[in-house]
Amino acid sequence: MHIAIIGNGISGVTAARFIRKLSDHQITLISSETDHFFSRTALMYVYMGHMRYEDIKPYEDWFWKKNRIDLKRAYVSKIDTANKKLELQGQGELPYDKLIIASGSTPNKFGWPGQDLKRVQGMYSYQDLEGMEAASEGLKRAVIVGGGLIGIEMAEMFHSRHIPVTFLVREDSYWDGVLPGEESAMINRHIVENGLDLRLKTELKEIIDDGTGTASGVITNKGEKIDCQFVGLTAGVRPNIGFIKESAPSIETQKGILVDDYLETSEKEVYAIGDCAQIRTPLEGRRPIEAVWYTGKMMGESVAYTICGKPTPYVPRLWFNSAKFIDIEYQVYGTVLANPPENHTSLYWEHEDGRKSIRLVYDKHTSEIVGFNLMGVRYRHEVCEKWLEEKASIETVIQNLGLANFDPEFYKEYEADVVALYNKQTGKNLSLKKKRSLTDALRFLREKVSA
Amino acid sequence: MHLLQKIGLFLFVVALAIFTLSLGLDSYQLSPETLDISKEYQRQEVMDIAQQKGLLDKKYSSNFSFIADFKKVLKEAQASLDQKAQSGLPEGVSEWDFRMGDGDVKSILLQTTKASSTGPVANNPFLFWLLTIGLGILGGLLYILPKFIPLPGIKNNHIYHNSMTRGLKVNVRSVFLGLGIVGIILYGVFYMNNNLLWPLITLALVGLITWLVLYYEKQKTNNPTRSASPDITGWLGVITGIYLIGFYVLLYWSPHYMTAWILISDPISKVLSGNPASQWFLYGMLYTIVMLVMGIRMIAKYRHNNYQIIRTISVIFFQTAFAFLIPEIMVRMNQPYYDFKNIWPLNYSFFFDWNLNNLMNSGGLGLFMLVWGIVLAFIGVPVITYFYGKRWYCSWVCGCGGLAETLGDPYRQLSDKSVRAWKFERWIIHGVLVFAVVMTVMTLYTYFTGSYQVLFFNSDTVRTWYGFIIGAGFAGVVGTGFYPLMGNRTWCRFGCPLAAYLGLVQRFKSRFRITTNGGQCISCGNCSTYCEMGIDVRHYAQRGQDIVRSSCVGCGVCAAVCPRGVLRLENSALDVNTRTSELRAIHIGEGEVTLLQ
Repeated sequence: MHIAIIGNGISGVTAARFIRKLSDHQITLISSETDHFFSRTALMYVYMGHMRYEDIKPYEDWFWKKNRIDLKRAYVSKIDTANKKLELQGQGELPYDKLIIASGSTPNKFGWPGQDLKRVQGMYSYQDLEGMEAASEGLKRAVIVGGGLIGIEMAEMFHSRHIPVTFLVREDSYWDGVLPGEESAMINRHIVENGLDLRLKTELKEIIDDGTGTASGVITNKGEKIDCQFVGLTAGVRPNIGFIKESAPSIETQKGILVDDYLETSEKEVYAIGDCAQIRTPLEGRRPIEAVWYTGKMMGESVAYTICGKPTPYVPRLWFNSAKFIDIEYQVYGTVLANPPENHTSLYWEHEDGRKSIRLVYDKHTSEIVGFNLMGVRYRHEVCEKWLEEKASIETVIQNLGLANFDPEFYKEYEADVVALYNKQTGKNLSLKKKRSLTDALRFLREKVSA
Repeated sequence: MHLLQKIGLFLFVVALAIFTLSLGLDSYQLSPETLDISKEYQRQEVMDIAQQKGLLDKKYSSNFSFIADFKKVLKEAQASLDQKAQSGLPEGVSEWDFRMGDGDVKSILLQTTKASSTGPVANNPFLFWLLTIGLGILGGLLYILPKFIPLPGIKNNHIYHNSMTRGLKVNVRSVFLGLGIVGIILYGVFYMNNNLLWPLITLALVGLITWLVLYYEKQKTNNPTRSASPDITGWLGVITGIYLIGFYVLLYWSPHYMTAWILISDPISKVLSGNPASQWFLYGMLYTIVMLVMGIRMIAKYRHNNYQIIRTISVIFFQTAFAFLIPEIMVRMNQPYYDFKNIWPLNYSFFFDWNLNNLMNSGGLGLFMLVWGIVLAFIGVPVITYFYGKRWYCSWVCGCGGLAETLGDPYRQLSDKSVRAWKFERWIIHGVLVFAVVMTVMTLYTYFTGSYQVLFFNSDTVRTWYGFIIGAGFAGVVGTGFYPLMGNRTWCRFGCPLAAYLGLVQRFKSRFRITTNGGQCISCGNCSTYCEMGIDVRHYAQRGQDIVRSSCVGCGVCAAVCPRGVLRLENSALDVNTRTSELRAIHIGEGEVTLLQ
């Protein structure tokens, strides 16, 4: 059986790897972007000189041949589901038995005048990195539009080269659709203290053409004109499915490619995974499209089992995520909402330096823990997961909070401060029973697993 | 760049230039007073021949011509004494005091060249200390202190844009490595007085290991991706590497060319031990100063990270106190020179007859040193490593590790992460461990039986060759000289027999591991890139497997550079035998499907 995979990102590669582990099927991994898989989230480090492109490839180049995964550098121009073959631009046809579409995302553009000018781009692909590199020479100012994760990455990238950045954020505060108020404010402060020009409540109205088809400035919704030679569009991403809509209308799509619980599309034996897939019936509390690294990985693994004769539904468990905002690390486990429902309340502790915080979200009626939000502090995934799965009470959690601490040795532990804050707010007299310890954490996890 | 940094860099370059040029500033004049020979017959013979050849009171403006002529005198005196000894030694004089051995020649050459120096450096050693080392410290600090200004956090910007730190093209690196190995072995032929046996055996072993890795382990076709720099060559780094290599070659094998630097160190040596400086004092002093200054850089860089701060203070402390000051003070108190933290087999001469005799003849303290050294090597190492992993030594105590973590930190990313490099590493480092053990066993056999012949080999030759090829060539010339070429832990990773020994304990019986945090890894590669030991940390992190590798020195930088909080250095006795068996990544439908290793 020949399995063709469109896209060599984390989803497609994970699918290929697991199919190889489970079977001897022929596998072809097709990409028009690069010859080899690389870590997309690490592109910024190449620009900043932390790593070379070689370093962000998780597998050495000989890995693919050794594992009999055929790599094909080609652009799929047409999917012929009736005859089960792909048309590769300028490279003929490729028949397949089963097809996995893992074509990822593409940056959002909202019809801004000038959005297709030169030196206007997002930051998603290897080609985007090359574009930024090419534009950086002699760049006097860059304007970045959109206050999300990619926006702040792009800002940090230019900042590392001492290129002035103006950061236009439509919302009242950075990423406040996701981060609760205090954390969002913390990042605002951090952006400013790094010397970036942060413009909140400011939208892009128009990108100015310098007469040669190249961007030379922007005009904001406040009428201000900002001179710049580069505009970064980072107002989120959407599934990269243009080529499917045109060439294979029989594959049902909405925002993304619609898939069932087994990640199969409306066409039999055609699957879609990763950023481009839209789950028809997402689990409660989960979004139909989740463009994050680990969901792509989990989908790739699920689809591999399904294709290799062991039908396995895609069941993302607990929501979690992480990011780094310049120097502040961020981790979230469970449900932490910017606009929480009435029954959610949270215990929020912030360090006096304003760059670390711990937020525990819980149900104020049942006291059940529902989420952890960490800034500048690391927490142990598995411990948080167990508490969330068993709906532990906030008081159980905070008295044992040290079990979750994952900061390096000799780092100060703040869990006792969190307990003290809880006592202060509730008038109780709880104390911290567990400090940071791998032995205690292992013991705790073993009890949970065996129970 | 901050203005202070520009000034600092300028001052440092000036200091380095004066330091380098100081080697050629003095002139040399041999006189009866400067002829530094304590043994009377040797002294007389050398004096006679020097006079015959017109060397006495002749002024040389360059040490090259002085050394060339004086060497001839010494060789002739050596031959002449040998001849005279054959026709009978004078009454009451031992052969030892009469004939000149090769060691005598080297030491006379060094001491006399030093004593015969006249000129600006010899006359103003402390002024030159200030102009070279002092100014270097000032320049270094001015360059480093502004690093405390920006917000704390991981600042690895432009490491791969910088000609100093971006490393070499893999083919250029291979040329350096090949030249280094062949050059050292060729010099070894000369060093062993044209005895070809050991140089040839070593060359054969180099060939064997290369064959094993490339053909037996099938790495020939695996074009490594994660080698040091595939496309770029940092020429500043290359120049720095060559300078360092040159320094070590002079230090180990031709210290008589660096007498100006030894003179510069005299005033400080006299304060500490009461003796004039040797090349080893110069080296120890430079080593300690470099670690102090670059240690401040390390602390500036990781000032948000207590693990790094405490660890850096620890290595600086052990170098300054245990490796540098205490041994000098011991000498001042007429006690044996002893570095309490240097452990066999890194301290390969511990079981040499002269060391054992010295310790046993030095009273209670000497005996304590002897017992301490043995207990540390055979009980301390396994026990402490069981509790904390090999990091307790390699990145908290060891001098080699200390230099690598301070001076070498800017080069940590240059370690080769390919599987091929790992295979080379395992053959070579365990080979060196075997060599160290065999050499020590032979030496002890000789010590207890008095017989130099052990099986087919002469234990004295084996030990000399070990000192040359491993002690000096590998640990020094390649170990430090290759910082900018192959990363800062080249010696620790490929050569150190103690690291191999600690690593075996760590791999098979230790509470230490690096844990991974569930499914948070995004495979970015920062951990692997900044692993100085060339461990592909990401390989484990992205599959959610705890990391137990014999080479890990526990520097903690992988955990520090991780942008997603995935890695943590930890100890626990609870799962000491199954540390790596569990995959922690969040997989699909756990319980339904068997997780594949």
